[in-house]
Amino acid sequence: MSVPAELRYTEEHEWVAIDGGTASVGITDYAAGQLGDVVYVSLPTVGAAVTAGDPCGEVESTKSVSDLYSPVDGEVAEVNEELDDDPGLVNAEPYGAGWMFRVRLPAGPGGETELPPGLLTAAEYEELTKSAG
Amino acid sequence: MTEFAGWLMPLRYGSETAEHNAVRSAAALFDLSHMGEIAVTGPGAAAALDYAVCGWPSALAPGRARYTMLCAPDGGILDDLVIYRQADDRFLVVANAANTAVVLRELTERCAGAVVRDDTEVTGLIAIQGPNAPGILSRVTDLPLDGMRYYAGASGTVSGYPAWVARTGYTGEDGFEIFCAAGDAERVWAALTEAGDRDGAGLPAAGLAARDTLRLEAGMPLYGNELGPDVTPYEAGLGRVVRLDKPGDFVGRAALAARAAEGPRRTLIGLVARSRRVPRHGYTVLSGSSEVGVVTSGAPSPTLGTPIAMAYVPTGATGPFGIDVRGNTEPAEMTELPFYDRRKQR
Repeated sequence: MSVPAELRYTEEHEWVAIDGGTASVGITDYAAGQLGDVVYVSLPTVGAAVTAGDPCGEVESTKSVSDLYSPVDGEVAEVNEELDDDPGLVNAEPYGAGWMFRVRLPAGPGGETELPPGLLTAAEYEELTKSAG
Repeated sequence: MTEFAGWLMPLRYGSETAEHNAVRSAAALFDLSHMGEIAVTGPGAAAALDYAVCGWPSALAPGRARYTMLCAPDGGILDDLVIYRQADDRFLVVANAANTAVVLRELTERCAGAVVRDDTEVTGLIAIQGPNAPGILSRVTDLPLDGMRYYAGASGTVSGYPAWVARTGYTGEDGFEIFCAAGDAERVWAALTEAGDRDGAGLPAAGLAARDTLRLEAGMPLYGNELGPDVTPYEAGLGRVVRLDKPGDFVGRAALAARAAEGPRRTLIGLVARSRRVPRHGYTVLSGSSEVGVVTSGAPSPTLGTPIAMAYVPTGATGPFGIDVRGNTEPAEMTELPFYDRRKQR
């Protein structure tokens, strides 16, 4: 199971990559492995407002359906339309071509973007998946 | 891995979609050692089973098998079974893992005049399923498979180990089920895997997830989903397994005869979703805005490339049907079962 050190994570098994004012979001290798083959991903619409911790989409696999949560507050800037034709990218490359959506982060009081609170480091996330068995 | 009726079972070995497709296009192996194997033996075995189940085991020729059901006195289904007649006075009854204890108890009670023995713990069951199954298995068995009909079986060896080999399965493909001693199962598995690798096509292992989508495409019911104590065989579209024409009484006869005469209240139908959201077990089926039924099984179908489901609706209900998928009504088209029939594909 892969947990890239440079990413941040949520307890709901999303990963977040912050690049300037934009956060890219996907689900982790661990989550994809637990779900099995992903067959359909319902993503938020571009321009929609998302709130950290709130569901904003769904991930369907052979055996189950799971809510997709936004790890951050902001506005959806882009969604991965490739997943519509090839949802299996989520299993094949969860941190790469299987990314799900990008969020424009709100600017802080000084114009800077702040890393949202409550995200886990790679080490913390790895610990979480281990205790989940 | 997942807990399943007290057994630790693999849901998938790798990609369950790849496992599913391997069975449809080539072949794969299943470890089904969790299934219940109950031996019913003795000179009175055939007559005893005729009373115990709703089929007609005494009419089976040795070496033949039949799909049948164990019903309660009220006609409700306690389990669906495959019964193999291995010899005049020896039957092998294969039960669902979750129901083995119930089947054992009921057969013991109902089969006075026969010896009923639970062989589940000492029996390994390996299925090889898919169009390449006969070719692969023939490399390691002394049995002539060409002459073996569907729902027939014979005693022989697989890689030298004694086995009961039957042309049965739960996938909608050609294939075999191999019953052997539990202690030999690992070596039989290894021999089959090796035989599958010989022509380069390979013989992957397939888990419970693929088993479920394969049987759903084939329109085969699953106990706990389509079948249960509140369902009679008629509602499940399996009235043919109830042999009211056999002589003598059997458990459930009166209730089943009455049900046969009045016709089923519910009917099991197939639904093909027109959206990509997957109908799942327990979802409500709608006709217009009224709730008319419930999905018993649903999954994305790898073969059809669209979600499929089985559902109970009142007999005579007409569409257009919709399925309530977490608050949204998704259109679905009624279709004849099975969703997939290999004889029509090839």
